[in-house]
This record gives sequence, C-alpha cells and structure tokens, in this order.
Amino acid sequence: METFTPWTSLAGGLLIGLASAMLLLRHRRIAGISGIAAQALTSDGPARAWRLAFVAGLALTGAALAPFVPALFENTAPRSTLVLAIAGLLVGYGTQLGRGCTSGHGVCGLGRLSRRSLAAVLTFMATAAATVFVTRGLLGAGW
Amino acid sequence: MSATSPTTGSRPSLPAAFGLGVLFALGLALGGMTRPGKVIAFFDFSRGFESWDPSLGLVMGGAIAIYLPVYRFVRARTGTEGLPPTSGVDARLLAGAALFGIGWGLAGYCPGPAIVALGASPLDVVVFVLAMFVGMGAFHGVGRRR
Repeated sequence: METFTPWTSLAGGLLIGLASAMLLLRHRRIAGISGIAAQALTSDGPARAWRLAFVAGLALTGAALAPFVPALFENTAPRSTLVLAIAGLLVGYGTQLGRGCTSGHGVCGLGRLSRRSLAAVLTFMATAAATVFVTRGLLGAGW
Repeated sequence: MSATSPTTGSRPSLPAAFGLGVLFALGLALGGMTRPGKVIAFFDFSRGFESWDPSLGLVMGGAIAIYLPVYRFVRARTGTEGLPPTSGVDARLLAGAALFGIGWGLAGYCPGPAIVALGASPLDVVVFVLAMFVGMGAFHGVGRRR
C-alpha cells in the first residue's frame, strides 16, 4: 500500500520540468531520457559525450542520495530476474520504436501540446495499467 | 552562451549536461519515480481507489506546468523548427508505446528512474538496465553495425 505524496511529488515534478525547460530554452533539445540514453550508447564523439555526462548525472545522483535517504529507492514490488530482463527489453525496444518514454512524450510532448505524444502517453498508460491489472489483480502480488 | 542559430540548437557543455542530469534525477527521486511499488500503485485499481496512488500524476503535472509556458515562449520567439513533429500518429508510435507500457507495468521502472536507481542500488536494477540497453541496441542494430 503506497501513500499519496502530493507535495513531494509535485515538487519533484517541478524540478523535472525545470531541467527539461532549461534544455529546451538554452539548447533547443528535448529532454527525453530514452533518446538520450540510447544515443549515449549508439552515437560517438561530441554527440555522445554530453549524453554520457547527463546519464552520469542521473546515476551518480542516485548513488549520492541512497546512503542518506534509502527510502527514496525502496522497492515494495520486487520482481524476479526473468521478469526484470523481459521488462527491460520491452522498455528499451519499445521506447526506440515509439520514439520516447515518460519524459520525452509525457513531459515534453504533452508540454508541447503534441498529438503524437498524447497518443503515445494514452497508449503506454493503458498498457501499463492493463499489465498491472493482470499481474497484481489476477496473479497476485508475490511473483 | 554559445552563439548558435535560434533554431538549430546547441550541445550542452559536459558540466551543464551533468548538472541537468543531477537536477532531473533529484526530481525523479523526490517525486517517487524511483520507487517501483509507487509507480505500479499509480496503475493499480485492483481494490478500486483504495489501491490507487495518484502521486505520479502530480509529478507529470508539475513538470508540464513548468515546461508548457517555457515552450510557448520559445515557440513565440523562434517557432518550432528543429523540434520533433507534434502530429502524425502512426502504427510504429503506438506499437512502441504499447511495448514500453507493458515493460513499465511489469517492473515499475521507466528509463530515467531505472538509471538513477542503478546508481542507488546497482544489484537490484542492473538486470533491468542491461536488458533495456540491449533492447535499445537491438532496435538500432548495434550488433549488425559493429
């Protein structure tokens, strides 16, 4: 059972919005993490370097926060290795085929009033909810 | 700031990119996105509204509340050239989004939070993140190119 955290979640959203808006305003780029992460993997030279730096900022922030606020990373829905591997493959492949994830379509896309992104968000929200319905509602939580 | 054309964009410097990653990660962690159980609870109506945690909606809403006015400012000044298209829904978009949603619902991690959580507790997330990069690489044909 998770508790509703309106203020911290709103504050977190504002920080995400701020980082994304700065990337748009100063660099005219979309803060889509799946795109940045994929190009940190596949591109090279300067196109790769700033994306690697961004990804390093993400991971090192997690490493810096975890010892002080472990609750931020608590996992009350642990999954087996097999499920994690399948989920990771789907997230990796799906975000490239659909050209975006929660940040690129959900924040930047909806923030740009993009019909493409609205369609993507409604689709991934629907399949996520359906997946949770099947795995939690029908099979139970402990798998 | 570098002298760039207003419509072509520029690469952030490495410290700036790192700093934006830090800011983004702070937002994700504070918002609850790095807790898979909390993300899954946003999609959980197995016990009606009792099991539902609407927090994730506020994360997205808060981010859009900042982004939307900034985008409108940018658009009014320099138009939309160089930015991704906003119309044209096709089967690839919907199929990709559908696959992503299934993976997100299975594990409770989307790409950003997974990378932040990798730094926080590597052993718990490394399988997911490695598989995610394999999935990305498979789409872009990394194996074929090298």
